[in-house]
Amino acid sequence: MALFLSDISSPDTYRVKNIQGADTTRLLEMGITPGIDLKVVRKAPLGFPIEIKVRGYLLTLRESEAKCIEIEG
Amino acid sequence: MNKEPLSIALVGNPNTGKSTIFNALTGLRQKIANYPGITVERKVGTTIIGGVLHKVIDLPGAYSLNYKKLDERIAYETLIGSYEHEEVPDLVLVVVDSSNLDRNLYLASQVMDLGIPVMLVLNMTDVAEGKGIKINPDLISSSLGIPVVAISAKNKTEIEKLKGEISNFDLSKPEALKWNPDDSLKEAMDLLINDWIKLHTDIPDRAQAIEALRLISEGDFKDAFYTFEDEGKGRATIRKAQQIIEQGGGNPMAAEVLLRYNFIGESTSEAATHSAQSEVSITDRIDAFVTHKVAGPVIFTLVLLFMFQAIFSWATPFMDMIDLLFVEGGNWVANTLPDGMLNDLLVDGVIAGLGGVVIFLPQILFLFFFIYILEGTGYMARAAFVMDGFMTKVGLHGRSVVPLMSGFACAIPGIMATRTIENWRDRIITIMVLPFMACSARLPVYALMIAAFIPSTTVLGIFTLQGITFFGLYIFGIVMAVFAAVVMKRIFPTGQQTPFIMELPAYKMPKWSVVFQNTAERGKVFITEAGKIIVAISIVLWFLASFPKTEMPQVVQSESTEYDSSFDITENPESYQLRHSFAGRFGKMIEPVIEPLGFDWKIGIGLITSFAAREVMVGTLNTIYSIEEEDGESSTLKEKLINDVNPETGKPVYSIATAISLMIFFALAMQCMSTIAIVKRETNSWKWPTAMFVYMTALAYISSFIAFQIGSNL
Ligand SMILES: Nc1nc2c(ncn2[C@@H]2O[C@H](COP(=O)(O)OP(=O)(O)OP(=O)(O)O)[C@@H](O)[C@H]2O)c(=O)[nH]1
Ligand SMILES: [Mg+2]
Repeated sequence: MALFLSDISSPDTYRVKNIQGADTTRLLEMGITPGIDLKVVRKAPLGFPIEIKVRGYLLTLRESEAKCIEIEG
Repeated sequence: MNKEPLSIALVGNPNTGKSTIFNALTGLRQKIANYPGITVERKVGTTIIGGVLHKVIDLPGAYSLNYKKLDERIAYETLIGSYEHEEVPDLVLVVVDSSNLDRNLYLASQVMDLGIPVMLVLNMTDVAEGKGIKINPDLISSSLGIPVVAISAKNKTEIEKLKGEISNFDLSKPEALKWNPDDSLKEAMDLLINDWIKLHTDIPDRAQAIEALRLISEGDFKDAFYTFEDEGKGRATIRKAQQIIEQGGGNPMAAEVLLRYNFIGESTSEAATHSAQSEVSITDRIDAFVTHKVAGPVIFTLVLLFMFQAIFSWATPFMDMIDLLFVEGGNWVANTLPDGMLNDLLVDGVIAGLGGVVIFLPQILFLFFFIYILEGTGYMARAAFVMDGFMTKVGLHGRSVVPLMSGFACAIPGIMATRTIENWRDRIITIMVLPFMACSARLPVYALMIAAFIPSTTVLGIFTLQGITFFGLYIFGIVMAVFAAVVMKRIFPTGQQTPFIMELPAYKMPKWSVVFQNTAERGKVFITEAGKIIVAISIVLWFLASFPKTEMPQVVQSESTEYDSSFDITENPESYQLRHSFAGRFGKMIEPVIEPLGFDWKIGIGLITSFAAREVMVGTLNTIYSIEEEDGESSTLKEKLINDVNPETGKPVYSIATAISLMIFFALAMQCMSTIAIVKRETNSWKWPTAMFVYMTALAYISSFIAFQIGSNL
């Protein structure tokens, strides 16, 4: 079963497998490309957005974007 | 050597130092802060390099030419020469953050496809070094095929180096499509260019490839800024182009991006090396606290309260000084100049009006100082992150936090800053509720009313009633904004969840010179802008309040004679004259409308003049009360208000209920012509500013009415 960034709950490093869905272009443009490692740093007070570290910089994502990011299990 | 004058555009990802470079080159003072998306409009300046005067254009930051937001679109339009018929720049400086090279080069590779001479500026080399990143500019230059200069924009000599590179650049154009689109992508692009873009749109040649790529990945014309006919054919062509890619096994939304990142990876793999770095940076350590689930919102609240406290208490001694200065200055002018009209006009009109407003300069400086520090450190992006959940619940967006906080200073930059909000609905709700934030123009009115009518009793040991009222007014504005947003959220249908993809920049020490400079600049703007309106209004008002000259009847009233309601034994001739002036008569005419709110005709005139700008209120009251004052005495406006007595009833004009009603009115009413104008510009219609004016002012009237009626019956 495919695993998405929106499913995970522990702050850890994950490898991106694939990007899909409506925000594909934007997420790729921000450097979240297949094969890259990203680290989930923390969640905001109400669970979302989350803060990730990718290519050495910090980025926020809402649930709808996290759902587009398939990660390796 | 470049002997011809060039127009040089600064392009790059948000927060890479474009405006810093722009300021260094032009000597201008564009706002700089550590938050992605500070510059939201095009700004032009000039610089002299080797005796030649070049034009420099600062642009909003963009992650991609495939724009998602209005600020990004302005950058793209400027580059292809579609922005307000401006010419295509002769040279583009792509400013990149060296500590984050790959993502920054994505935009650079797009700009290289536009057929404009490009120079790559590797900025923030100091930050990159601190992170253990070593970059070889020559290698990058040879693999991209464009000149590269590595600088730190903070450093003056390195700016000189940049100037040298500009003047030596031969302006050769980069090779377009160096990232090598694969066959299916090429085929799809050609199809779109030949069957659609060339035939049906007015996109200039140089931008056709980029536009084709944009359409392929978007799949639609979403938000196109150019004109075209036969939309149906266009859609069909886009679809066909996408199918070509799908048949080749690719994803139209991903094909271009992946190829570009491959190209970038190859170009930088040798040129940039990361040495092993410590796992936890200072930024990580601060963030663990500042963006913490529980601590984060608490810190945000404390930051706000601390800011209000500073404005309220730290500014007081400076304000007292200014007050004294104007009173003494007025007395000096009054006694030095010969008696007469000019004397009256200067003392009662100009000095009184101006003094009433200049006194609030210290508070405004403190406010801007704080906001600039918060923005300079990088905290604002964290505030957006922490508050996003709450903001979304009430119909706003995490990105609304920064515009709303700028709203404490002034609604106008706040409304402009909403350009960074990508969803139209989120943006319009933010604009519509933003004027509820207690802007600095309201400060004069709040401060005057509080100082004069709220007792300075101490409550709970440490708080004063005045302080609590002051905080209360700020909180009141915030609560009303949230309330209005919740209502609007119901009125406007919800679309799907909107993205919140925001970079959190590394913390930086704010540049103190910039903080002080910007603060001083805002102070200057406040004085000159407010000053102009206030001097003009004061003069007109002085005239209207001083003429026609009427003599007070000389009959001596005795207790037994019939009472003439327009004349009272306690009234001095100046006050009689004022009530019979043009302004007085007009004020009396509108009095019935505002009487239920607890306002007399003098406040009424203030309300009318303050529709030009809120702070004019205090100047107006100052002018009116100075005219009324008997010659030879001079007291502060505060004293005059406290001592003002209604000649008809013999009771004080101001009660606490009146003061509260007036503050509520100012908190809620839309009394700012500049805000109306900017909302018209940003929404491109009269619909929104009209709606804003009506709902805010109606809300103000009703709330003040309720407050006064309850207050005066207690
Ligand atoms: N350490 C360091 N900081 C820099 C340098 N250049 C700019 N900064 C800082 O980086 C932040 C962003 O600078 P700006 O000039 O506002 O960036 P910008 O590209 O105009 O940003 P937007 O208008 O938001 O797109 C500010 O805090 C600057 O002080 C540099 O070379 N070194
Ligand atoms: Mg800028």
